[in-house]
Amino acid sequence: MAIIEVKDVFKLFLADGKEMEALHDINLSIRENEFICFIGPSGCGKTTLLRIIAGLENPTSGAVYLHGEPIKGPGPERGMVFQEYSLFPWRTVLDNVAFGPELKGTPKEERIAKSRQYLKMVGLERFESRYPHELSGGMKQRVAIARALVNDPLALLMDEPFGALDAQTRNTMQSELLRIWGEDKKTVIFVTHSVDEAIYLADRIVIMSARPGRIKDVIDVAFPRPRNRTSPEVNRIRDRILCDLGTEIACIPRS
Amino acid sequence: MAKTRSLRDSFSERGIEALSIVGLIVVWQLAAGAVNETLLLPSFFQVLAAFSNSWQSILWEDLPTSLLHFFIGMAAGLLVALPVGMSMGWFRMVDKALDPIVEILRPIPPLVWIPFAIVWFGLSHEAAGFIIFMGAVFPILISTYVGFRNLPRVYVESAKVLGATKDIDLVRYVAIPFALPSIAGGVRIAMGIAWMCLAAAEMFGVSTSGLGYRIWSYYYLHQMDYVLLYMIVLGMLGLIIDRSFRYVVEEKMLKWQAGLTQ
Repeated sequence: MAIIEVKDVFKLFLADGKEMEALHDINLSIRENEFICFIGPSGCGKTTLLRIIAGLENPTSGAVYLHGEPIKGPGPERGMVFQEYSLFPWRTVLDNVAFGPELKGTPKEERIAKSRQYLKMVGLERFESRYPHELSGGMKQRVAIARALVNDPLALLMDEPFGALDAQTRNTMQSELLRIWGEDKKTVIFVTHSVDEAIYLADRIVIMSARPGRIKDVIDVAFPRPRNRTSPEVNRIRDRILCDLGTEIACIPRS
Repeated sequence: MAKTRSLRDSFSERGIEALSIVGLIVVWQLAAGAVNETLLLPSFFQVLAAFSNSWQSILWEDLPTSLLHFFIGMAAGLLVALPVGMSMGWFRMVDKALDPIVEILRPIPPLVWIPFAIVWFGLSHEAAGFIIFMGAVFPILISTYVGFRNLPRVYVESAKVLGATKDIDLVRYVAIPFALPSIAGGVRIAMGIAWMCLAAAEMFGVSTSGLGYRIWSYYYLHQMDYVLLYMIVLGMLGLIIDRSFRYVVEEKMLKWQAGLTQ
């Protein structure tokens, strides 16, 4: 069943006085509890599409529907993790996680208990009284994930959340994310420009191309998790995606 | 090992500081002896004697009067500068509308408002407070504005997707805490300027006590040892106010900043 429906979405930007088509006729149906990745070269509009789903930007025409209701603005039922470190530096780790419940008016003890539970889920319960500047990049993003999940959102939107991390931490964070997703099933929309990351994580990969930004291909990844990063099947899909993205000089014809 | 060495370092640093103050006093006393004219340069011991004669009136008359002026000016400054600075930083239209007014008023030296202060408020505590207000309001206003303006978009958007969609929530939970270090910096500068304005404002006769008032009245009596005493008291108090503000704000309120700055 579709939880998020993207219908006929166009997005125009003004750049140097000229109109740029960031998104061209995007149609996409995202299923409940699905892990979906948007991948594509820079300028393909993958982040713009995610921001429209988040309600942080409006489409020029068309609309995005959440359970049949058009999305008009941001809201806590769509949690988001940004690429930049977005924790509030003036709040402790625990108070960062408790931000959403605090806004909702959840009583103090309840929101602290709930925030601790999610901090435990991301493995940072020992760091609750630290400030963000005392954490490593990977830890910051874990807290950001806990902060989004504590609101119990219908969907978790992630905009290259591991983009600023080193390769090793990045792999760890990917497995961690799948573990958390296994414990707390959500619809996840994950933007990345790493083919490996997409194949390791996604149920479905949406491949986008630039100028204008449009959906070029949608690939189902049906392998069971945890996935081997280098098995022959994985390599076959990687070849196909790289070919779609046009990053390979010579594409091996598909069988 | 490292610990004891740093402790010894800090002891010797304190020693150097103390030595340099003692050195200044010795040079001052010798110079005063050489000049041998109280009108031109009162000696350290003359000032000390002046202090022992007048410490009670300093403590019970002049200090309360000056602090009252300081409080009126700073309170009015905060009351005006914080809301105006916040609205200018948050709403582009308010910024556009008020910026020219602020930029025209800001370069006027606070002390030249003295004639209008007297015309409007008479020779009153409020008149002195008004001069101090004119000195304090702009640093607070500008630093509040800048703090709001520098708010990174990602914090606003994070708050929005976490459920803070109303302006009032975004200002309260995101903009103000983010801007607080900048505001605190502005308040600190404002207090320094306010203290300068205070001394000058009290010289035009708004009250019959006050640290600034005493300097002028003892000057008329040519009691320069008292003039110098009150100068030193003003300096010391300014230092104490600044240090206590820094301690309270930076050590207690803005602990999260440690490691971000410096």
